[in-house]
Formats: sequence, structure tokens, C-alpha cells
Amino acid sequence: MMRGLSFLAACAAVLCAAAPAFADSTQLAPKDVHWSFEGPFGTYDQAQLQRGYKVYREVCSSCHSMNMVAFRNLGDKGAPFWNPKYPNPNDNPVVKAIAADYQIPDIDSETGEPIKRPGTSADYFPNPFPNPVAARAANGGALPPDMSLLAHAREGGPAYIYSIVTGDSSTAPAGLTVPDGKYYDPYIAGDLTSYWKGRGPAPRGGFIAMPPPLVEGRVQFDDGTTSTVEHEARDVAAFLEWASDPKMEERKQLGLAVMIFLLLYSGLVYGAYRRVWRGVAH
Amino acid sequence: MSGPSTYEPKSAIERWLDSRLPIIRFGADLMSFPTPRNLNYWYTFGGILTFCLGVQIVTGIVLAMHYDPSGAGAFISVEQHIMRDVNYGWLIRGLHANGASMFFLAVYLHILRGIYYGSYKAPREVLWLLGCVIYVLMMMTAFMGYVLPWGQMSFWGAKVITNLLGAFPVIGKPITTLLWGGFAVDDPTLNRFFSLHYLLPFVIAAVVGLHIWALHVPGNNNPTGVNVKSKEDTLAFHPYYTVKDGFAITVFMIMFALFVFYLPESFVKTDNYIPANPLVTPAHIVPEWYLLPFYAILRAIPDKLTGVLALAGAIVMVFLLPWLDRSKVRSMRYRPTARIYFFFWILACLALGWCGGQEPQGHVIPGLIGPTFIDYDINSVTWLSRIGAIYYFTYFLIITPLLGMLEKPLPVPDSLYTPVLGHGAAAPAGAVAAPEKEG
Repeated sequence: MMRGLSFLAACAAVLCAAAPAFADSTQLAPKDVHWSFEGPFGTYDQAQLQRGYKVYREVCSSCHSMNMVAFRNLGDKGAPFWNPKYPNPNDNPVVKAIAADYQIPDIDSETGEPIKRPGTSADYFPNPFPNPVAARAANGGALPPDMSLLAHAREGGPAYIYSIVTGDSSTAPAGLTVPDGKYYDPYIAGDLTSYWKGRGPAPRGGFIAMPPPLVEGRVQFDDGTTSTVEHEARDVAAFLEWASDPKMEERKQLGLAVMIFLLLYSGLVYGAYRRVWRGVAH
Repeated sequence: MSGPSTYEPKSAIERWLDSRLPIIRFGADLMSFPTPRNLNYWYTFGGILTFCLGVQIVTGIVLAMHYDPSGAGAFISVEQHIMRDVNYGWLIRGLHANGASMFFLAVYLHILRGIYYGSYKAPREVLWLLGCVIYVLMMMTAFMGYVLPWGQMSFWGAKVITNLLGAFPVIGKPITTLLWGGFAVDDPTLNRFFSLHYLLPFVIAAVVGLHIWALHVPGNNNPTGVNVKSKEDTLAFHPYYTVKDGFAITVFMIMFALFVFYLPESFVKTDNYIPANPLVTPAHIVPEWYLLPFYAILRAIPDKLTGVLALAGAIVMVFLLPWLDRSKVRSMRYRPTARIYFFFWILACLALGWCGGQEPQGHVIPGLIGPTFIDYDINSVTWLSRIGAIYYFTYFLIITPLLGMLEKPLPVPDSLYTPVLGHGAAAPAGAVAAPEKEG
């Protein structure tokens, strides 16, 4: 077994050396948040995902697209509105109602004229702006990033999103010249040296074009959760993690079965190995 | 594949086939191939690598059914279609993307084993060269595969690496244009990379066939490095090594599965979840971990062309190893001095790998600012890369040839069976040497 252990140790050593860690000192590390989906057995908290969806719908979606998510995805297994009664998410009445609430650009099938029609479960979340130029024009030149993969596209993931939207960007340190239409955020990467007239080194962080999006009481949660900025931020970050990784629960469940099988199977193969080699000098 | 065949056709139909296409004989000879009885677990990586190649080809063929090699469609076809809509697409992609890292992990350990036990020495030089060819083909395939999801790191990685060829005078620019299919990394680049990414694995499979053929002519080396002398020294490949390789592959699969199911993004840069954008350069452009040592060597040298030549030279060194090492003793078990230099070489490779992932001006010891020498702080990542690169080349070009002449090796056993019977009496201590302890 010593051979096996040193073999595994060597594998681990190569992998550890392989993982390059970036010491990023231009911004603060994201706040420490604990999530229900952490760890090998972690799952999404469905009530949290539903609240998070409401924050996305009522706040984020006015500027941020979510191109890769279809309404039907909201009713998939492990999704915010999964209901075992509707294994086909297209039958799920909540999903249908959410879809119908959106106006989707289409063409009239008779005349070919551009029209808008209520969404169906097969439609994808529509873009809030007709094109990126319009999106920039409406947001002081900055393009609001698509949210389908946002939780995976940023170092720190959902904790980073949580930190950005709760980072008190209204109170820039005295001595920092904040450009018009920009907001200071300590969790954004950047270099503030040229904007800093205060004493000592420039503060860590950078500028963001998004005004602080969440305010207390902005979103009324249906389950009675008090809508503090902290709750809103945590729930929408969890929702965005789901949007980035909708198959997480399926992956971990299958993973558990695979691991149990492989452990039993390797035991069996090891037994076969001992038996074949019994009495053979090597 | 070579040597006398022990297969006896038993039935009329086998005899009939054997005189027309001796394919059963071929398989039977593979299975009964005489293999040294003292091979340890470091010798299981050949089997593990065959498994890895199989996984990559099978998952890759399925992924190609769902992938769209166009600038507008590639990212969506991977991140939306495959990851969300294709049944078990997340699993197939997870196996393929993490499989590449597993493949390189295994190939590096396979190469280290070959160097430690002197498996490249006569009469196995061709076997070694074919292995080097496979390794180069693997790097090309992996690099082009990394471009396919067409995220930010895919795009900028492709741009940085292809631009290296532009460093060559006269031919550099035409080659880059040909590779790009235009004057920038764009749709034609993605299309030809996809085509080559699909082609090269089959070339690898063919060279693996040659590699195994070249293995079966002289037969396996073994941890003692002593030639097989009699039938007593060997065992039939099946069942002895099929079951031993089988166990090693299963253990390897457990680690593989751990990444696929629980850490699927450990090898992915966050920037690659942002669609490719030629107008926005990511803050850190870093290649995949398995190319980092070479990337560090490239950046260690101020002049671009010299850097590219050093990068290529680092790979050429491995090809030349059979002729650089003049020692008559194969296995480092009996070469205590060579062993020390070899372990330092592994350290240099790991240090180079670490440097490749850091910013060149970053500090090795945090907070310590040293004097600046040749453009960089003495305490910078670049200087550590320079020291690592100097040792890397010194090891191959000076230490290895000199050791062959100067060192005094330990006595080598008469037959590979002697230390086996003495239960590793001649086995040295040390991390790599530990596997020969009885377990």
C-alpha cells in the first residue's frame, strides 16, 4: 500500500505545484460568506434561489442580460422553481407565468412585421437593451455584463458579487477624486494612484459604473424574509451561482454514486491483484 | 509484435485465419508478452495514459457533435448548449477538459519514471524519441483544444502563443499568417484549430502504436535497469500486469472523478467564462498549468527570439537525452550522485511552473525589494525563472554528460531477479525510490 500512497502523494505534489495562485493586492479579498451549496454535499436552498430570482427580476434585469438561461431552466431539477409534480418544466405553471410576464421580440407570422409577444417557457431571457451600443449609451459608457456565467467569470464567485453589491460605494475615502458617473468600490480591481490626493498610499479597490443597486426594502420577499441589503445581496448571489452552474446538484449526486462505485471496484481489483500475484516473487 | 510467438492455433478456423491474417496471434502475443517481474507502480503510467487517450478521444468525438467552430457560436455552443442542454453534456465536457490535465499529469510522471530508471538508453532510443513526439503532439493538441471554447483566455492564449512564431526572421510572419488564416486570430483560426484538434489525437494514437511496437522489440526496462537474462526474470503481461495496471488505472480514476464531479473548474481561469473579445486584454494571460515551465523559460529571456529558441531548446533537450547521458548504468537506483541532481532538476521544473503562473515582476519573497539587475529585481519571479532555466539547461548539457564520466555508481546486481529475492536489499531511500519498498 506504501507504493500506492507515494504514487498518490506524487500526483498531489504535481497538482499543487500546478495551481498558480494570484496574489492580487489591488483590491480587497471578497467577504467571507457561507453558502448552502458549499462542499461535496452542498445543495441550493430553493427558497433562497426564489428570492434571488426576484431580486434579479426587479433590480438587475433592468440593465443585465442573462442570455444563456431559458425560462424553462427555472423549472429544471435543482432550479428555483423546480416542482416534482412537473418533471417537464414546460408544464410548470410558475415558469409559464414568469415567461408570460416578459415581452419577447418576434415577427408577425402573417405580415413579417416586428412585434412583441408574451414569452413562453421555451424562450430565453430577453436583453434589456436592443444592442451593446444602446446598453453602453444608457450606462455612462459601461457595458453591464451578461449574468448567465457571472458567478464563474469573476475571481471569488458569488462571494465577489455579494461583496460588490454590499460594498458601501457611497462613502469613498476622503482624498479620492471619484469621476462623474463612477462609484468607488474596494472589491473591484483597479489602480487608484492617479485619483488619490490623501495621505499615505492610495486605497485598494477601483471604480465601478454601477450605482449601489440594492436598498433596504427595495424587493418585497414573498416568504416574509426581511429585505435588508445583506439578504438581497446574498440571495441574488446564490441565484447567480445557480445560473452559472445549474447542473451542480445533478453533478454532485452522480459524483457520489461514481465515487462509491470506484472505491468498491478498486477494492475488488486490488483483491484480484493480490490473488494473481500471490506467491510470485517481484 | 516481435520475438518468437508462443501462440498455437487450436481450431480449424483459427489455423485458417492464422495463415491469412494472424490477428489472433497478434493479440495473443501482446497478452503473453514476457514482462520483467519487478516492475513497480511507476510502470503503470503507460496503461494509465492509454486510458487517458481513450477518454479524450471518446468524449471529444461526442463533444464535436455539439460544438460549433465559429467565432459567434463557439462560446454559446459550449457554455449554453453543451453545459446546459445536451444530456450529460456537463459530464462529457468535464471529463474532456479535466481529462487533458489528467493526461499531462500522467505523462509527466511517465517521463520522470523514464528518466529515473534510464529507460531511454540503448537499445530504447527510438522508443524514447517516439515518446517525445507523442508529448509534443499532446502539447499542440491541448493548446488548440484550449482555444475551442473561445473564451477570453482561449482567444488571448492563442494570440500570445501564435505570435511567438512571428519572432523568427523572414519566415515568422508568413507562418503566423498561415496559422491564423488571416491577419489576426479570428474565425478562420478557430476553424483550422478545430480541424487539427480533431486530427492530431488520431496521429497520437498512431504514434502510440509505434511506441508500443518499439517497446516490444527490446522489451520493458525495469527498476534495476539490468537486462532480462532468462525466462525466470519475466512474467506474462496477462494476467500479472493487466491486473496491476488495472488497479493503478482504477486509483487514477478515483482522483480523476474527484476533479470532474467536485472540483470541475480547478484548472479553468475565470476569464475563460467571458466570451472572447479582441478589444479587451485580460489582466493576466496565463497558459494551462502543463505549459507553465516552458512559459517561464520564454519570459526569463529579454530577447523574444532567443526566448522562443530557449523554449524550443528545452523540449529538444528531452529528445537528446539518450545521447547526452553517457553512463553505462541505466537505473538511478545505482547512481546516487545522479539522483541528487535529478531531484534538483524536478525542483527546477516545479519552480519554473510556479513562475510561469506569476506576474514576471512579482516578488518571490513577499515584501523584500532587492537590487535591480538586467531589467528585474533580484527577488523577482523573472530572476527565479532565470535561475531555474539555467539549471534546467545545465542539467542536460553539462551535469548529465559529465556525471556519465565522473560518478562512481553503486554495484549493479547480476540479474533483475537478485534484488527481488533479497526484497529490495539494494533499494535506496528517497521519494521516487520509495515505491520499490515491499507493500
